[in-house]
Amino acid sequence: MNARSSLAVRMARVDKAFGPVLATKSASLEVQLGEIHALVGENGAGKSTLMRILGGLIAPDAGRVEVFGREVTGWTTRAAIQAGVGVVHQHFMLVRPLTVAENVVLGQEPKRFGLFDKAAARRAVAELIERTGLRVPVDRPVSELSVGGAQRVEILKTLYRGAKLLVLDEPTAVLSPVEVRELWGVLRSLQSGGATVVLITHKLDEVMEISSRVTVMRRGETIVSIATRETSPTELARAMVGRAVALASQQRQAEPVKQKGSALEVRDLLVAGARRARAVDSVSLTVAPGEILGVAGVEGNGQTELVEAIAGLRPASFGSIRLGGREVATFSVRERIAAGFSHIPEDRQRRGLVLDYSVAENLVLGLQERFCRHGILDRRAIAERARRLVAEFDIRPADAQAPARALSGGNQQKVVIAREMGRDFQVLLAAQPTRGVDVGAIEFIHGRLREARAAGKTILLVSADLNEVLALSDRIAVMYGGRLVALLPRAEATVEILGAQMTGAGRKEAA
Amino acid sequence: MLRFTGLANQDRRRRLEEALLPTLVALLVALVCGELLILAHGESPAEVYRELLQGTWGNAYGLGQVLFKATTLTFTGLAVGLGLRAGLFNIGAESQLAAGGFAAALTGLALPSGTPALAAIPVCLLAAILGGGLVGAVPGVLKAKFGAHEVIVTIMLNFVVLAALNWVVVAHLHVPESVHTPEIHAGGLAKLSRIFPSFHGSAANLSLVVALLTVIGTAFVLFRTRFGFDLRAVGLQPDAAEYGGVRPSRIYLLALTFSGALAGLGGINSVLGYHGYYEDGFAGGAGFLGIAVALVGRNDPFGIALAALFFATLSQGGLAIHALVPRQMMEVLQAIVIIAVAASVPEVRRILRLARRPRPTIDRSSTASTAADGPAGPQEPGVNVSAGHGGSR
Repeated sequence: MNARSSLAVRMARVDKAFGPVLATKSASLEVQLGEIHALVGENGAGKSTLMRILGGLIAPDAGRVEVFGREVTGWTTRAAIQAGVGVVHQHFMLVRPLTVAENVVLGQEPKRFGLFDKAAARRAVAELIERTGLRVPVDRPVSELSVGGAQRVEILKTLYRGAKLLVLDEPTAVLSPVEVRELWGVLRSLQSGGATVVLITHKLDEVMEISSRVTVMRRGETIVSIATRETSPTELARAMVGRAVALASQQRQAEPVKQKGSALEVRDLLVAGARRARAVDSVSLTVAPGEILGVAGVEGNGQTELVEAIAGLRPASFGSIRLGGREVATFSVRERIAAGFSHIPEDRQRRGLVLDYSVAENLVLGLQERFCRHGILDRRAIAERARRLVAEFDIRPADAQAPARALSGGNQQKVVIAREMGRDFQVLLAAQPTRGVDVGAIEFIHGRLREARAAGKTILLVSADLNEVLALSDRIAVMYGGRLVALLPRAEATVEILGAQMTGAGRKEAA
Repeated sequence: MLRFTGLANQDRRRRLEEALLPTLVALLVALVCGELLILAHGESPAEVYRELLQGTWGNAYGLGQVLFKATTLTFTGLAVGLGLRAGLFNIGAESQLAAGGFAAALTGLALPSGTPALAAIPVCLLAAILGGGLVGAVPGVLKAKFGAHEVIVTIMLNFVVLAALNWVVVAHLHVPESVHTPEIHAGGLAKLSRIFPSFHGSAANLSLVVALLTVIGTAFVLFRTRFGFDLRAVGLQPDAAEYGGVRPSRIYLLALTFSGALAGLGGINSVLGYHGYYEDGFAGGAGFLGIAVALVGRNDPFGIALAALFFATLSQGGLAIHALVPRQMMEVLQAIVIIAVAASVPEVRRILRLARRPRPTIDRSSTASTAADGPAGPQEPGVNVSAGHGGSR
């Protein structure tokens, strides 16, 4: 009885089926009051399902859920909020033109004479910010905040509603190292204020750093629940995937392979963005064949515009882009593909895939010309290619006719990778190639990138994940405010140096 | 892998169900609403519906009229549907239809009488295509070059084109005491009654064959050609299409032009097939009804042909039941069908998904193989695992 009453969450033998698939089977989770509990697992392991059940978004088919010692199985979101459960989703649910204060109180606005009392809202939110240390300007519209700022607003929202149990779904995916550290600070101070935190994450170093307990899920089942100090990243990775995994940080890159091939040269590139006239500001870089140049940086510092300009999706106002000495800046997207460009776009669901097209159709997107005769699609060749790539890249389900929409994020990304790397290419622009995919898929994608490098391909890697950049790159550039503020050989780069450059602390110009 | 072939078939059936069922439910809803309306009017629904069927599909003349009306609606439905496949809403089918008919009539007038049909008909068809295509190209160019919204442009262009045609016909080309042009000299299409005498008196003509060929052709272009691939990609996700080397602005221009051309070709039905002359106002709303046809036909060429038949039946049926209830009743019914389709599609799909949910089972083989051979994680719900009975072995 005593042990039980110290539990914030107790979920036991929880089953939840979606169609014919069990998303969780007999899953369990026990979270002590006042602890920071990490919930880890691959995509589709059932973490999110479990948290959606906890938050009242869906009801379990079987099992028992207790929150703060009270049985609440199958409750509603409203009841969950009232009981003090606050969920911060991966995708922010904020009204961008409204101010921070307005967003925080939305749905529970203070009223005076039946009308919205803006002054009271400001006061309440300012007081909350003061108390929690979640620093955001109260009167600023959310649209003007950084991603980290928006996330703090989401957390404030749940706290405003009286959350004592905070569930954070992959909160660090969009943050810079500095912002991550700030978030940890906030979580620790909430913890010392008596709050309980459940943190869903992919990143094992975060688990080690912040959590006191960790629960690993795999294929809907709870594999292990253990005190964090009694385990290691390697052990956790094995529990997540079900076999030994080479963690990115443990791998050493081989020496650069000098190969013949085409170098990518970008000179004085100037690109206008949606918000800034100089989203990319006089960027020059050269990537040699057999080399991976990693571009690190907090998102929104021009990386997107840089890659899109090189790929031909965004006009460059000035500058030159050469592939093997040939000027391609005036080429259309199609001509650049023909010239040997491959591009893994950062947003696969918007750019990289037509979600309602089948896997087979998506595997020829951008290569339509090669898969038709006299303008008529060569369906046999398309099916043949799909069969080959689905097998080679282990895309699941192995049904090339399934719409891309029906695939998990990791498998969608494999479709993109298969299309872009399963053909002859000279240069690969890889933007956030492993975003939102699970450990196993990350390992697979990294392996593919290394193979391409060994085969003499020219690779420009853009990633917000410093570990990824460090694990793969021969040289590392840092982008800040549209400029390349640093360019280092891998051997000289450390998380500390890069982290400082990413926030504009060092102002050393790129070579 | 063998295991998934069963799943693929299931998937195809599922997609077909999802395409058809909502429409059928919507028709059922409309039927019930119609019944209530008829009851409110003090007539027997059974009697009215029997009369409606008798006056349309029940005799050769009625059927001929249905086919005639369906022909025009097929063209305008295809026009709207093609646009929607590219993510464009062409409201201009009405004036494109008229322009196509006018161009066909002008050509038929310009040709010397006695031109062999084999030469005259293709030229007149081409003229109809060009006439409609030209009107469609205007919003196409404005959209591609300046980003002008096609809805605004096509609506406004309806006024401009219809007024211009009216002026040309009334001021310069009409036969005295009428609002139509003189009879064409060549290019006329034979009535169906020439082949099947029982259609005598009905307006059905060989345009019907052109319509059927156009349905097949449009389906082929949409689903089997690179152009169709690019066009649908732009309609679904312009950003992804652009990434795939497709220039959306080019697709916008071509899609609106072809959309106009399809509507324009519809003009032959009345001009070359029925009257033998261009009559001001012959479009009579068929262009606007094409929007409803495309909606009910779910932008699928064959679905559009069926939907055109359906709306033609209602329209002709309105005349047949005139003695019992006001003709406007059928117009109300048409509107109810459209609203029901618009409202029921998402709801019926949701119910379908719920009803279909099989017993949960775990696919052991897939679970085991994941652990053994793949870096891939387990998939999202409902995807990787064949249903309990889904194995094909």
